[in-house]
Amino acid sequence: MARSVSISAARFAARVVVTLLVSSFLVFAALYLSPGSPLAVLTSGHTVSPAGLHALEVQYHLNEPFVQRYWSWVTAALHGDFGESIVSQASVSSLLGPRVLTTLTLVLYAGFVIVVLGVLTGVVAAVRGGSFDVTTTAFTTVGVATPSFVVAIVLITVFAVELRWFPVLGGGTGVADRLWHLTLPAIALAVSGLAYVSQTTRTAVREELGSEHVETAISRGVPRRTVIRRHVVRNAAIPITTVAGLSIASLIAGVAVVETAFGIDGLGSYLIQAVQNKDFAVVQAISLILVTVFIITNAIVDVVHLMLDPRLRVPARR
Amino acid sequence: MIVCICIIAGFTLAAIFAPLLAPHNPTLVNLSVPDHGSSAQYLLGTDSEGRDLLSRVIYGARTSMLGPLFVIIIATGAGLAIALTSAWIGGPVDAGVASGLDVLFSFPGLLLAVGAVAVFGKGLAAPVVALGIAYTPYIARVIRGAAIRERRLPYVEALTVQGLSGPRIVRRHITPNLRALIVAQATLSFAYATIDLAAISYLGLGVQPPSADWGLMVAQGQPAILAGHPTEALYPGLALVMLTVAVTFLGRRVIPVTESVL
Repeated sequence: MARSVSISAARFAARVVVTLLVSSFLVFAALYLSPGSPLAVLTSGHTVSPAGLHALEVQYHLNEPFVQRYWSWVTAALHGDFGESIVSQASVSSLLGPRVLTTLTLVLYAGFVIVVLGVLTGVVAAVRGGSFDVTTTAFTTVGVATPSFVVAIVLITVFAVELRWFPVLGGGTGVADRLWHLTLPAIALAVSGLAYVSQTTRTAVREELGSEHVETAISRGVPRRTVIRRHVVRNAAIPITTVAGLSIASLIAGVAVVETAFGIDGLGSYLIQAVQNKDFAVVQAISLILVTVFIITNAIVDVVHLMLDPRLRVPARR
Repeated sequence: MIVCICIIAGFTLAAIFAPLLAPHNPTLVNLSVPDHGSSAQYLLGTDSEGRDLLSRVIYGARTSMLGPLFVIIIATGAGLAIALTSAWIGGPVDAGVASGLDVLFSFPGLLLAVGAVAVFGKGLAAPVVALGIAYTPYIARVIRGAAIRERRLPYVEALTVQGLSGPRIVRRHITPNLRALIVAQATLSFAYATIDLAAISYLGLGVQPPSADWGLMVAQGQPAILAGHPTEALYPGLALVMLTVAVTFLGRRVIPVTESVL
């Protein structure tokens, strides 16, 4: 048993590493996909002096064989060196540094909202039923299908302009001010994930409540609270954590939209700016970071899934 | 259910017959009537440049629906081809394809689309292809699972014994049985593609001004919200939500409905 666990763990880790390598390679190789030489892509839209051209050649190792270029790039990235921005001549890592904290705060804030509100509303809807259930279902049906930027402008219109409860733009300074500024964006980011988690929670809890082992426990006189805690929540947690994890992972893509909508200076909005400005080094750096975080988050979700569901630990017999 | 079909049909008709339905030219700037509310002449009012909002929403249906349509054509086509072939051949090829799909899952669609714009330039073409590629593994995984289960059913072996070739069995017998699943997946993917493409246009990387596209209109209307004129951004946003909710609702009902009909 222990040996098979460590074999599957090794296999799992290998798969994650391979996925990371392939994805980073794809991010790197994107530069070479477009027609024209890599130098042409890097310098399009900018005027570059011959010295600048030479610097680019050095930075991107254009005189070396292809695989070695990739390796140089990846190893440098692992050390935090993403090269220089062609727009501002500053090192990319210095440009990214302050923005990482903003984006991280936003993502964690939204993730918190998704998990806490999603599970709560789902459980209450499943257990209580009635009008709360109907209202929640209506909201989640719309919420799942609403783009985050539409939620953003609705929130801005209602809460920022009309009611003036929240600021309209910006990321704020200082901890409390930041959280206040990031509240509406976090909600906008969280809505579709929240709707998903709520729906999945409701379905899972309902199924558990109607299942035989729960009925047996209740008929044996086990108090309802204990039944809910020990049987319903534990089993329902499996699909819930999967959906929650996937929703949080998809936040990583959504930050680009929400940060742009609220004028927040984070990694997401900076990525879009870099695409507009054709600042390729920044685009590659942020893409690499976001994809890596996405892969690792998904891997964590897989691990949690395995931990929660003992059935998955035993490899199926052929 | 009927409401959904009406909504989708309404938008589709609007997209196809836009020139006949729209009361005004959607790109005609008329700075003498900016930010008007509803009136007899401008049913939904005007935007900050005096363009008729109703006409813009009607015309916007075109790009907002055509893009996602191409995305699902690509994704369903590629996904079906990969999934069915892989499920039929089986063995190490199938395992390899499964691993390949796993890697493709690691790219969120929106990021792939943004990256495609970075490499190939703005417009709808690059994001549409990128999203088509990004959605392929989702469709392929579902179809592959179902196809593998179908393949194990007795009728497939019976057909093989009768001498039918693999491709023929897949085309004539397995695929029709999976039809409901394929339609359901394609419909749901259409909804997500609509959201993602609208977001790309919102970010300024997709449809460019002065075209009318719902995502782009939301972005252009956002400054007007601060000035107290939220309609320019809210109407296209409403159109987006209505379309996406209707499509999602329909997509989730396809399988239960076809099963009850059959």
